[in-house]
Amino acid sequence: MNLRLNLKATELRLGLPGSRSPERNPELSLLSSSKIDENSHFPLFSPKSVVSRNKRGFAFSEGTLGSNTEAHIIQSSMAASVQESHCEANDTKQNHSNAANNSNTPPTKAQVVGWPPLRSSFRKNSMATITSKKVEGKSGASALFVKVSMDGAPYLRKVDLRAYSVYQELSCALEKMFSCFTIGEYGSHGNEKLSETKLKDLLHGSEYVLTYEDKDGDWMLVGDVPWEMFIGTCKRLRIMKSCDAIGLAPRAVEQSCNRK
Amino acid sequence: MDPNQKRAKAVDRVDSVDTGAASSESTRMCPFPDEVLERVLSLIGSHKDRSSVSLVCKDWYNAERWSRRHVFIGNCYSVSPEIVAARFPRIRSVTLKGKPRFSDFNLVPEDWGADVHPWLSVFSTAYPFLEELRLKRMAVSDESLEFLATNFQGFKALSLLSCDGFSTDGLKAIATNCKNLTELDVQENGIDDLGGHWLSCFPESLSSLEILNFASLNSEVSFDALEKLVSRCKSLRVLKVNRNVSLDQLQKLLLQAPQLMELGTGTFMQELVSGPVTELKNTFSNCKHLVTLSGLWDATPLYLPVIYPACARLTFLNLSYATLRSIELANLLTHSKSLRRLWLLDTVGDKGLEAVGSCCPLLEELRVFPADPFDQEIFLGVTESGFVSVSRGCPKLRYVLYFCRQMTNAAVATIAQNCPDFTHFRLCIMNPGQPDYLTKEPMDEAFGAIVKTCTKLQRLAVSGLLTDRTFEYIGKYAKNLETLSVAFAGSSDLGMEYVLGGCPKLRKLEIRDCPFGNAALLSGLTKYESMRSLWMSACNVTMNGCRELAKEKPRLNVEVMKDEGSDDSQAHKVYVYRTVAGPRRDAPPFVLTL
Repeated sequence: MNLRLNLKATELRLGLPGSRSPERNPELSLLSSSKIDENSHFPLFSPKSVVSRNKRGFAFSEGTLGSNTEAHIIQSSMAASVQESHCEANDTKQNHSNAANNSNTPPTKAQVVGWPPLRSSFRKNSMATITSKKVEGKSGASALFVKVSMDGAPYLRKVDLRAYSVYQELSCALEKMFSCFTIGEYGSHGNEKLSETKLKDLLHGSEYVLTYEDKDGDWMLVGDVPWEMFIGTCKRLRIMKSCDAIGLAPRAVEQSCNRK
Repeated sequence: MDPNQKRAKAVDRVDSVDTGAASSESTRMCPFPDEVLERVLSLIGSHKDRSSVSLVCKDWYNAERWSRRHVFIGNCYSVSPEIVAARFPRIRSVTLKGKPRFSDFNLVPEDWGADVHPWLSVFSTAYPFLEELRLKRMAVSDESLEFLATNFQGFKALSLLSCDGFSTDGLKAIATNCKNLTELDVQENGIDDLGGHWLSCFPESLSSLEILNFASLNSEVSFDALEKLVSRCKSLRVLKVNRNVSLDQLQKLLLQAPQLMELGTGTFMQELVSGPVTELKNTFSNCKHLVTLSGLWDATPLYLPVIYPACARLTFLNLSYATLRSIELANLLTHSKSLRRLWLLDTVGDKGLEAVGSCCPLLEELRVFPADPFDQEIFLGVTESGFVSVSRGCPKLRYVLYFCRQMTNAAVATIAQNCPDFTHFRLCIMNPGQPDYLTKEPMDEAFGAIVKTCTKLQRLAVSGLLTDRTFEYIGKYAKNLETLSVAFAGSSDLGMEYVLGGCPKLRKLEIRDCPFGNAALLSGLTKYESMRSLWMSACNVTMNGCRELAKEKPRLNVEVMKDEGSDDSQAHKVYVYRTVAGPRRDAPPFVLTL
């Protein structure tokens, strides 16, 4: 199957300007050229596929708010936040996001003054707390966050792998996180005792497989190795359409294709 | 009829500066002698009730002013210290609030004002026996603190919340000179922390402390001095230390002060365990009166269980500095069934909130803060489902502050049904102007549901994508609403007009980055005098609109803050408030009073 289908171009994928597009993603750049197909799985966002119901724009620097029916030029940092909001919020935002991508401008770090409304003393305290926790690296004390993306979902999530002790828990968590995006159903397999191989079956039920990128930059099917080894080597997760998972674990993928 | 009866307007009342409590017998309407009336009125604490009392008749006005011991001034520029001193001769306690609330979020430039010193000057002659001073968002200098410490002999209680302009040197002056100090509460201030020596300035003779809160100061204090202080202050009931106090040190402090009712710990983790964890656990279980617990910086699963013995009695648990995960929180909460107030970081996730819903049926207040509010890449934290879980398990919720990155109208409607008793509903969807993430609709119906169902609502903060419809709902249904915060919302002037045309009890309205212009501003002409203040920034209001307002309403101060380099005709930041003191005399150059 040709993985460079323009399907990808119409997938709703958002990202920070300059960081999601293949040329600039440092993690992807580690991939060998044979993995170039992976890059096509991170397409730039296409505004044409967005149905914008609301053209309302808003300004983020004070004093520049004008007519509410016009879309405003906004700082590209807010384009970054588009990753977390839904596409329909503002057509123009995506245009600017793409413009930023296309013109190779790095994302500005400017934020809206005084937003979110938190006292600076609180922010200082809590940020310091977060940083120190991440730096410690004590087992059981620190979290291990990896990004999780799902083909077709408009934004990605992060999960703390140390919050789980078996694949089943991870699968359930991801299920909940991404349930609003699956067209198929994950189904309620809750009563079954899931083994590591059955995880793939679960996901196959809805046309997706769970894959991860390991320390070597290879994309593997989740569930192949013992849990502890998995969290030690997993750098990011991706919920991939089964048909695109060719070359990862032929046996499992064939099964999935047969089931469709 | 006594022509002096029933003075309705604040201005008229304050102008009458009678000194005598004895009015002539022939005009007396009140059958009680003054002493009796004063005695009765002295039992009335609420300042709102006292204001009502003072409106009844001249006798009551006088009896009230002589019996008042505490005065609450919600806006320091609404009245002058001289007027206060003239009306209330026997004040012992003052609460004073200064800057508009958005100054907490850096929207108000430095040197804006709200200097406490003019107040202290007047009070030093009018109230030499002043005992308590509670300041919020005031500018306080070290000189002022020194002045306070040296001019008020019986001074007992100082509380500084969100103030700025002073350093730990000012605290030194307080510690050194206030011989009868019962309370020193320093929270979230813009303070210059020059070191922890201030604490060592408490004299050996000082044993009256009941409340000591220095949790938000960064420097290390002398533990020796702290330990001695705690051990000799037998009435100490509130102790909140800063992060530099270690677990071992906390252990020692708790042994000295088992009578504590409110504790803020220091860091809750240490590299080398010198005393066994069980010892700490025992110490906590000996604190039989502990009802409030906070601090808990860096709390880990290893040490968190030491507080379990105390959890059953806790009514307020502040975990907003502890990056707990859901499982850690769940374990903690199974011991904390009596909680009424809970503050969390959103690292606990929706799962953690499920645990809240199942463990804390008595919960009345929940605040969930974002651990990483500015990292736009991370999509963590809590969602609508966590909030719904809490609402299902905690029907007594009345106060919620919730920071999240996604919300739906349906979820909020469910929450409103589950918790109809909300008095304070502050929802912050962190991405400005974000719609319902499932339906893509504006969040109008969410807040509509809240105001329709929660009839006791006093405070509301809205967020997300909102059209004028939200404000139509608010204006129509929020009969008890007193404070409304709006950001990045609304479609036209109508939005603000709806609110100003409804909401009969509205006192504080703060708006930023909304498309409300002069028509909206002027629609509130008849309302602003019944409110404390209005803030509008980054809206569509112009100087002309503000001038018009100022012209029509001379008893309002209409202040515009100029922004460097912005269009001169736009009113960048507008602050409108009622006052009996006239225009500010201390306004800095960038504040124009129209």
